[in-house]
Amino acid sequence: MTATRRLDPQPGEVIDRRQRLSFSWNARAYPAFAGDTIASALAASGETVFSRSMKYHRPRGLLTASHADPNCTVQVGDEPNVRAAHRLVEPGMDVRAQDAWPSLAFDVKAVTGLAGRFLPAGFYYKTFIRPRSLWPTYERVLRRFSHGGVVSPHRPGSEPQRYDKRHVHPDVLVAGGGPAGMAAAVAAARSGAQVLLVEEDHALGGHLRWGDPVELASLAELRDEVAATDGIEVLTDSVALGCYDHLEVAVLQRGLAHVHERLVKARARALVVAPGLIERPYVFAGNDVPGVLLSSAVRRLVNLYAVRPGDRAVVLTANPQGDAAVADLERAGVEVVHVVDARRGGDVVRAVGRSRVRAVELADGRRIDCDLLLTAVGWTTPATLFTTAGGSLGYDRRTARFWPDAPRLPDGVFAAGGVVGDGTLEQLVEHAGVVGRAAARRAGAGSGDPPVVPELPRNPHPELFRGRTHGIVDFSEDVSSRDLVTAVQEGYSSAELAKRYTTATMGPTQGKVESVNVLAVLAEAIGRTIPEVGTTTWRPPYAPVTLGALAGPHRDPVRRSPLQPWHERNGAVPLVAGAWIRPDHYGDPVAEARTVREAVGIIDVTPIGKLDLRGPDVPKLLNLLYVNRWSRLAVGRVRYGVMCAEDGVVLDDGVTGRLGEEHYLTSTTSGGAASVWEWAESWLQTEHPDWRVHVTPVTTAYASISVAGPRSRELIARVVDDVDVSADAFPYMHVRTGGIAGVAGCVLWRIGFTGELGYELHVPAGHGLHVWERLLARGQDLGVRAVGIEAQRVLRLEKGHLIVGQDTDGLTQAHDVGLEGLVRLDKDDFAGRPELVWRAQAADERRLVGLWPRDEATVPAEGSQLVDAAGRLCGRITSSRWSPTLRRSICLGQVAASLAQSGTEVRVRLPEGGFAAAVVTEHLAAVDPEGVRVRA
Amino acid sequence: MILIPCPWCGPRDAGEFGYGGEIVPRPDPRTATPERWRDYLYLRANVAGWQTERWYHRMGCRRLLTVRRNTVTGEVRPAAEAVER
Repeated sequence: MTATRRLDPQPGEVIDRRQRLSFSWNARAYPAFAGDTIASALAASGETVFSRSMKYHRPRGLLTASHADPNCTVQVGDEPNVRAAHRLVEPGMDVRAQDAWPSLAFDVKAVTGLAGRFLPAGFYYKTFIRPRSLWPTYERVLRRFSHGGVVSPHRPGSEPQRYDKRHVHPDVLVAGGGPAGMAAAVAAARSGAQVLLVEEDHALGGHLRWGDPVELASLAELRDEVAATDGIEVLTDSVALGCYDHLEVAVLQRGLAHVHERLVKARARALVVAPGLIERPYVFAGNDVPGVLLSSAVRRLVNLYAVRPGDRAVVLTANPQGDAAVADLERAGVEVVHVVDARRGGDVVRAVGRSRVRAVELADGRRIDCDLLLTAVGWTTPATLFTTAGGSLGYDRRTARFWPDAPRLPDGVFAAGGVVGDGTLEQLVEHAGVVGRAAARRAGAGSGDPPVVPELPRNPHPELFRGRTHGIVDFSEDVSSRDLVTAVQEGYSSAELAKRYTTATMGPTQGKVESVNVLAVLAEAIGRTIPEVGTTTWRPPYAPVTLGALAGPHRDPVRRSPLQPWHERNGAVPLVAGAWIRPDHYGDPVAEARTVREAVGIIDVTPIGKLDLRGPDVPKLLNLLYVNRWSRLAVGRVRYGVMCAEDGVVLDDGVTGRLGEEHYLTSTTSGGAASVWEWAESWLQTEHPDWRVHVTPVTTAYASISVAGPRSRELIARVVDDVDVSADAFPYMHVRTGGIAGVAGCVLWRIGFTGELGYELHVPAGHGLHVWERLLARGQDLGVRAVGIEAQRVLRLEKGHLIVGQDTDGLTQAHDVGLEGLVRLDKDDFAGRPELVWRAQAADERRLVGLWPRDEATVPAEGSQLVDAAGRLCGRITSSRWSPTLRRSICLGQVAASLAQSGTEVRVRLPEGGFAAAVVTEHLAAVDPEGVRVRA
Repeated sequence: MILIPCPWCGPRDAGEFGYGGEIVPRPDPRTATPERWRDYLYLRANVAGWQTERWYHRMGCRRLLTVRRNTVTGEVRPAAEAVER
C-alpha cells in the first residue's frame, strides 16, 4: 500500500468522510469512507492492479470504473464475480482477487502471456481436439486456468441468501435515471402517470454526478423535482435487464437490506429508454496496461470519490468529455504532460509498461513518460431495451455511433437522452420532458393529442476504433483485434460467426464496452463498412443477474389433508406425492397390509380427485369422457370408468356414483384431479355448450377415508347414523349418502381398491379428523389401525389393480392393459373413440400382465427392463413389491403381446446387474382373482 | 410473458392461463378416416402470422377462450368465449 491518493473534498463527492471503514483486500487491511466502492477505496490507497486477464493473465487495472468495468471483478467473502467498481465497501468486507495464483502480483499462469501470440483465436479448439480420447484430461487441466470466482457450497446451519420477486404495474417505466430519465419521469408523473424510475447507479444523476458546478446545480434541481413530484417510485442500484412481450420489463434490484437481489417484474404501459451512453475504449498496443483509462473513469474517480488516479497524464481526446477530463485532472493536481487531439489527427500508437503505464508512444514518433493515459474516443449506445422490445439500431458514420431506428420504435417504447441525440443539457431535458408527456399519454394519462417529440441535434464525431497497432478489443474475454483479423482470415466473416469463434462480446461485459470496436475491426478486416458487417444481437440480461434472483424465493406449496396433523403425531413417515404430503406408513407397512387382509384398516385417501356433477345432461358428459356406458347407471350405483384422450391413450380412471336423479360424484386419480376437471370443462365449453351440466371440484371439500378389511362392515355399522350397511342393503359397487358419527352430508361408496371388503367415506373436510378418530376408537376390538400409502400400494398390486401413469404410459391404450371389456364402441361418440375402433381391429402389440419372479425373494426395481429368450428388449416392470399375503415377490409389467400368455418365461434385467427369470401369471390379480372377498 | 385480454378478467399475464394451442376443428368421430383424425391429433399449420388459439384461464375465471394472436409480432386481439352464445 502506498501513500493515500485521496484528494481534498470535491464538490460532487459521494463519500462520507466522517464515516471511516476498514476492509481487507487479499488479506491486508485497507481504509475506506462510506460511499466508496471497493475499486475507489483501493485506488485511493494507490492500488492499480485489480485482476489478471482471462487468457494471458496480464495485470489489469480500472478501465471504466463503472458497473461495466471488465477488469475489476472480485470475490467478496462467499460471493464470486462482484463488480468492484460498483459494490460499495462495507465494514470488514473480505475482498480477494479472482483468477490469480499464487497471488495477484505474481501469477504463474502469466506464462501464457509470455507466449501471448501463441494463444490465437480458436486455440483451444485447434490444439486440444486431438486425440479426442484425451479431451477429459485436457479438460481437467484447462479448468484450473478457467476464469471466475469461487461459489461456496451451502454450509449446513448457515443462512442461505434470500431472493425475492415483486410484480409492479407502472404506467410509465423510465429506464435510466440521468438528467433525461429524471426529466421524463417528472413530466410523465405531472401528466398523471404512475412512474417507475430505474437507475443502475447508487444515486440518480447520470453524468451530471461527476460534472462541473453548473451541472451539479442542475442535478440538485432535477433531484428535487423528482422528490417533490407525486407518483414517481425510484429504484436505484437497479437495472432493467430486458423488455419482454407486451412491455414486461425485468428489473433487477440490489442493495436491499435483507434480500440479496430482487427481480421486479414491471408490466408497463409505456417504456422510456434513457440509459445514456457508454464510453468506448480505443484499440492499440498496450491498451490494457493498468493506467490506461477511459475519460469517464477518471471523471468518476476524481469527482465522485476524490481519488487522484496518477501523477503524469497523457490524454487522447476527440470530444468535450475528454476535454472536461483534462480540466478534472488539472484540478486534481495531476500533471497533464500532453494532450493528443484526435480531432486534429493526433493518435496514440502504444502504451508501454506491464503493471503500470510507463510511457506512451505517439503517432508522430514521440515517446512521453507518464503513468496515466486517458482516452475519449466515442460512445456505445446500449441497445438491449430497444432490441428486446423489437426495435433495431443503425450505424451513422458522421456521428460514429449507433442510433435507435426512431420511426420504427416498437409500440409503447420511447427514447430520451444521449441514445437519441446530443445538445445542451437544457435541450436534452426539454426533449425528455416532451417524451415523458408522450409516454404518459400513451399509457392513458393526461388528455389531448400526444405531444410531438422534437428532434435533438446530433454532433459529428471522428470514427476512432482501432489505431495503427493491435490491442485488446474484448477485455473480459481477452480477445485482441489480431484475433478478430485471424478469425476473418479463417473464414468467419460474419459478425455472429466471428463473435462465437473468438468469444468476443460473450464475456461478462456482454458487448457493453466492446461491441462497436468488434464490429469496426471486423469491418476493417473484411473490407466493408460497419452497417454491411451487421450488428451483434444485444440479448437479455443487460447486466449480470444471479440465478437466485431469477429463481426467486423458494416456494413449493404442499397440500395437506385435514388428517395430516394426526398422521404426523402418530409417527407417519411423510411421502411427497404430487402436490400432497401423505403418510407413507406408520413404521411397519407389512403389518399394516396384513391388518387390511385380516382385520380392518383405515387409510387417508383425501387426495383422490372428486368432481361433483349436477344437471340433466350428466350422463351425456360421462358418456363422452369415459369409454364406458353410463346411460343406465341407477341411483345408488357405482361404476368403475376409464377415460382416454383423443389418441386412445388411457388418461385417468376412477369410480362414479349416482347420488341422485341429476347428481353424480366422480372420482379421479390424485394426480389427475385438476386435469380431468379441465378436460371436462373443455368439452362442455367448446363442443357442447348447450349441455346442462355443472362440474364442481370438491376434492378438498371432503376428507376421504378408505375403510378396508374383512371387519370393515362391522366397523362402519358402529359409526353410521342413518345408513343401512348390511350386505343386502348396501352391496358391492353401490353408493349411499348419510350421516357418520354425527356428521351429516357424508358419501359412502362400497368399492374395493385393496381387494378386500371395503368402503370409501367422504366426510365434509372440517369433520374428517372427528370421523377418523371415531373409527379408531370404535374399532379397537376389531383390530383397526391406521394404514399408510405403501400398504395400500402393496394391497392393490396383490389385487392387480393398475395405477394410471405407473402401469400405463403415454402410449398405453385401454386394450393394452386389459380394459377393452369396458370400451363401448357402440356409443356414437366419446373421447378417443376412432382410435379405439381401429385399435380393436388391429393385433395386440403389448399387454399388461402379472409376473412372478422365479426367485420368491427377488423384487426387481420398478422400471426394470424385460428381455426375451433372444436377449431382445420386450417390455418392463411397471410395479413390484414383496407380497406379505403370498410371502413372495409379485410384479406387474408391460410385455410384448407374443409373450403375454400365462406361463411364458421372460428375463428381468436387474439394475444391479444380472438377470432374474419371471413367469407370466394367469391373472393380473395375485390375490382373490375371482373377487370373492370384495363382494363378501 | 404476453398479456391475454380475457373478456371476463381483463388483460392478464399469460402465466395465469393454460395454452391450448391452435384450434383444430374436431372431425366427426363416426366418419373420420385415420388420416383425417391424425391430422386433427398431430398436425398444426404453425403459421407465421395471425393464428386462432385456445387459452384456458386456469387461475382466473376458468373459461376457455378463443384468442387471435400474431405469432410474429406478439399482438393479441380481444379474446372471446370458446363458443359465443
